[in-house]
Amino acid sequence: MTVSRKELAVGRTLLIALMAGTILPFISIFLTALAPSGSVPSGLDWPAHPQWQNFAEAFRVANMATLLASSTFIVVAVVPATLLVSTMAAFAIGLLRIPGSRFLLALFVFGLTLPFGGIIVPLYYLERFLGIYNTRLAIVLPLIALYLPFAVFWMRAHFVGVSPEISEAARVDGATTWQLFWRIHLPLARAPLASLGILTAVWTWNQFLLALVLVEDPDHRTMAGALGAFQGHYATNVPLLCAGTVLILVPTLVIFMIFQRQIIAALLQGAVKG
Amino acid sequence: MTEPAHRPRGGREVRVGWVFVLPALVLYAAFVLLPFFMSVYYSFTRWDGIGAMTWVGWKNYATVFEVPALFETIVNAFKLVVFFSVIPVGLGLVVASIMHRVATGSLGSAARTILFLPQIIPLVAAGIIWGWILALPGMVNQILGWLGLGGFARAWLGDFDWALPAVGIIGIWVLLGFCTVLLSTAMTKIDPALFESARIDGTGWLREFFSITVPMLRQEIGVCLTVTIISALAAFDIVYVSTAGGPGNSTSVPGIQIYILAFTEQRIGPASALAVLLMLLVILVILPIQRWTREGAR
Repeated sequence: MTVSRKELAVGRTLLIALMAGTILPFISIFLTALAPSGSVPSGLDWPAHPQWQNFAEAFRVANMATLLASSTFIVVAVVPATLLVSTMAAFAIGLLRIPGSRFLLALFVFGLTLPFGGIIVPLYYLERFLGIYNTRLAIVLPLIALYLPFAVFWMRAHFVGVSPEISEAARVDGATTWQLFWRIHLPLARAPLASLGILTAVWTWNQFLLALVLVEDPDHRTMAGALGAFQGHYATNVPLLCAGTVLILVPTLVIFMIFQRQIIAALLQGAVKG
Repeated sequence: MTEPAHRPRGGREVRVGWVFVLPALVLYAAFVLLPFFMSVYYSFTRWDGIGAMTWVGWKNYATVFEVPALFETIVNAFKLVVFFSVIPVGLGLVVASIMHRVATGSLGSAARTILFLPQIIPLVAAGIIWGWILALPGMVNQILGWLGLGGFARAWLGDFDWALPAVGIIGIWVLLGFCTVLLSTAMTKIDPALFESARIDGTGWLREFFSITVPMLRQEIGVCLTVTIISALAAFDIVYVSTAGGPGNSTSVPGIQIYILAFTEQRIGPASALAVLLMLLVILVILPIQRWTREGAR
């Protein structure tokens, strides 16, 4: 490598400055969270008497236990359903190639760039009409549907590349279409399914607009949706707001640190294919 | 392209195949396609959400273009594209190529992890964090004070001139890491021989950047542009939490105005016209980028 020493120094300094700029906001809210509740500290002051109990107070007033349960419930309902439903459709479109496959694919691709804001108003009135507004299904059903364009597109890309000999061998052995799907092709699709699972879980956990509009009770929202409500109540108590935000970030950050490689890979591949 | 033959043999198998598509199709039709058509329909009516609906033709679209508070949201959305898209993609390219030259080891992987962090937290959290950082007693003004620039201190998100760029900074913070990591991952897949021969010839960073890095990354640049432009035009979370569109309408974007029109002013017609325009806008901006990317792939 023939990169001059001067360039090395300049480049690395720039990079470290950029990393510091990315990290500083996190440090600022952490320090602020330790200031006395109700006070107005400065952004980057080390608190004289760190108030660790702010976290306990935020945990209590934000109903964090309920929120964790509610968010987890939503993720657990949305992710497996999205995986199953989209994989079945992608199997029929990409591998069975049923008549009309091209049309079906185009229909799903249409939804790929659709901003949620474009359909949120009718979604609200539709849910009122169906009687699922403000229930557990209010976020779950539309989220599954909104993920389908990407999920079907993603899983189809996998099925199109699967060698046809695999299915033919199974057919000769007398496998039904369902067995072909469940016993053979689903296990083979483990890698793209794992990425899709990570992606939809992160998106669901962070979903705000649907939670805000379709669920009135913050305790039944996603983590992000509840954070919005928490901000509304405690906007004037900055240390408490920061403590609440830190608490809400902790699960995400811990999971990111553990599955860093997989999450980054999934998000990048997801973007490239979408 | 020759596709492997998977043609189903009998009518029964076709029926079974459709059964596989059915759950996805029903959910998609009910919660995406139907609301989409409802949006289009609402956009031609006057409705308060409860009473009778009256057909008004193109009137709501005229309203969007004539009322400054509504039309400005579209202008603001395009201003946000500069911050959410142009800067993160441009700067991301520069940072990725710097990383490629000077930080191949552990510094590089540490940089990737840290720069990616803002991408995985909820946008709402990003909005709250920066709402505090850009506040009068916040970190930005404190640092300006340390640098002897205390005279510039202000409540950034409450300032008519600075609120939009300030929201833009939040977007840069969130999206720069995503672009950098995506582009730098793609760079490691470029044939190293290309870079080596250039470096043996003593090629500087700038020439290497424009003659190798940018042309070879065309597809990934297209991806970054697509993702970031959509997040600018369809922005909601960050703006809602940090400024709610204010002060005045200086940071209002279509998503925010749709929400206000529909759910606080009960004016479903104009809200839907703006929603339809938003969806149209996204498609009109994304299609040429997709075409540009595909041309490069061939």
